[in-house]
Amino acid sequence: MTVDPADRVEQVPPSGIRRFFELAEEKEDIISLGVGEPDFSAPWAARDAAITSLEQGRTSYTANRGRRELRELIGAHVDDRYDLRYDPEEEILVTAGASEALDLAFRALVDPGDAVAVQQPCYVSYVPGVLFAGGNVVPVETRAEDEFELTREALAEAGADRAEVLVICYPNNPTGATISEERLHEVAAFAREHDLTVLSDEIYAALTYEGEHTSIATLPGMRERTVVFNGFSKAYAMTGLRLGYALAPPEVTTAMNRVHQYSLLSAPTTAQYAAIEALETCRDDVAEMCAQYDRRRNYVLSRFAEMGLDCFRATGAFYAFPESPREDATAFAEALLEAEGVAVVPGSAFGAAGEGHLRVSYATGMGELKEAMARIERFLSA
Amino acid sequence: MSSRSHVKVLEVLRENARYSVEDIARQTGTDPDEVEEIITALEEKGVLRGYRAVVDWEQVETERVRAAVELNVTLDRETSYTDVADRVAKFPMVESLHLVSGEFDFIMEVEGESMREVSHFISEKVAPVPAITQTVTHYVMETYVENGIEFDEGSDDDRLSVSP
Repeated sequence: MTVDPADRVEQVPPSGIRRFFELAEEKEDIISLGVGEPDFSAPWAARDAAITSLEQGRTSYTANRGRRELRELIGAHVDDRYDLRYDPEEEILVTAGASEALDLAFRALVDPGDAVAVQQPCYVSYVPGVLFAGGNVVPVETRAEDEFELTREALAEAGADRAEVLVICYPNNPTGATISEERLHEVAAFAREHDLTVLSDEIYAALTYEGEHTSIATLPGMRERTVVFNGFSKAYAMTGLRLGYALAPPEVTTAMNRVHQYSLLSAPTTAQYAAIEALETCRDDVAEMCAQYDRRRNYVLSRFAEMGLDCFRATGAFYAFPESPREDATAFAEALLEAEGVAVVPGSAFGAAGEGHLRVSYATGMGELKEAMARIERFLSA
Repeated sequence: MSSRSHVKVLEVLRENARYSVEDIARQTGTDPDEVEEIITALEEKGVLRGYRAVVDWEQVETERVRAAVELNVTLDRETSYTDVADRVAKFPMVESLHLVSGEFDFIMEVEGESMREVSHFISEKVAPVPAITQTVTHYVMETYVENGIEFDEGSDDDRLSVSP
């Protein structure tokens, strides 16, 4: 007997990242600028709190929505940092990473056949998430000449007006772009006019280097139609602990929680204890990591400029997104890996709109970053 | 030159004082000439007091002995903390000297070539200073962190080499 996987799974191709990962794994002594997670470990206080919770035997399930104490701290934190006001009882849902929260939102909000507009290039799981839920993806391109900001024109051209849901992500993976308030207002107006629900992935919000992060949910008439996703992976360097959250009106979190309670039941308990400590005492750790990323960002952008590599000024997350010096970015990335042992990810792994670009992660120590830049420079002049 | 850019340069130097002015400029979004000017100004003002290497002597075939020494003093009309500090700090074996709160007055770090040399220094040079009433010497047995630099095996990056 052969097992026949479901059609909705088979229609989704394996991640484009995977092939590059395999190529990189074959080589020794590589410097990887292909990593989508912090090079720091979680702040010690958070790790210590996790250890203590284990010592105390805190290994049971928690409430479906997450520990009350954690939800209250999340509520206070997002109010303080981003002016977002959500009721811990009914409007905050703690999940196994922001990824789970996104998946829940797709499953809870998308009916088979619904059109879901997705900003491109984007994180690899949005499109599969929509497809698993039976939705149809409407790609909305962002372009280098707009500094990868979403525009009203791009939304209209893509036909996002006939969508039910719009997925956006700022600061953006893979481009490192943030969005200006003016453009964010354009997007919000479009969403209101065409009655779109907005899923706003703000996992990199704490890593905004020039100016402050603004959540689309704070714009007029947006709170009731927006789900905000955030978590602990990027800001607190807690990727492996798998902890994120969604903020949304009660009817939305209730629908998401319906799926969550039957699939995950509750987010990892140990991670919830770490997150409580992170919110209570690790503000300085976040600021220090952010300052280091900012220095590396300046360094990488300066070096690219010196090499004559075209790169828009990335102002968030920990990615730069230069244009590929050769038309075929995938071939360029493979040749760079082969010749100099430097791994970068071709932009096309993040959707067709990423074609012709390279995602360069600077979540790597300065020493390695320096060496990687020297190697790229040598490769370009060879 | 704003004090903000001064602080940025200081932060980078605190991370690694061997960065070239070009690399400091790249990280702080300034140009090398400005970095050079800032460093000169900070040196002249005495904000930047010096640059030294952090050495793990265990890896070198040279014996070094370090000790933390608590000092208690009794002051009088003619003698202040600063007077005591000035007398003690002049000795080249003194690596650091701080006036601290708590059960003793000063904490001093000394480094010498042998325990004998360090003990001799404490008993012959430090203890006889009239204002100093008591010394307690703690020899360093193992160093784990110095100047914020960990003395461990180094990088243990276990992240996937490529991830989304």
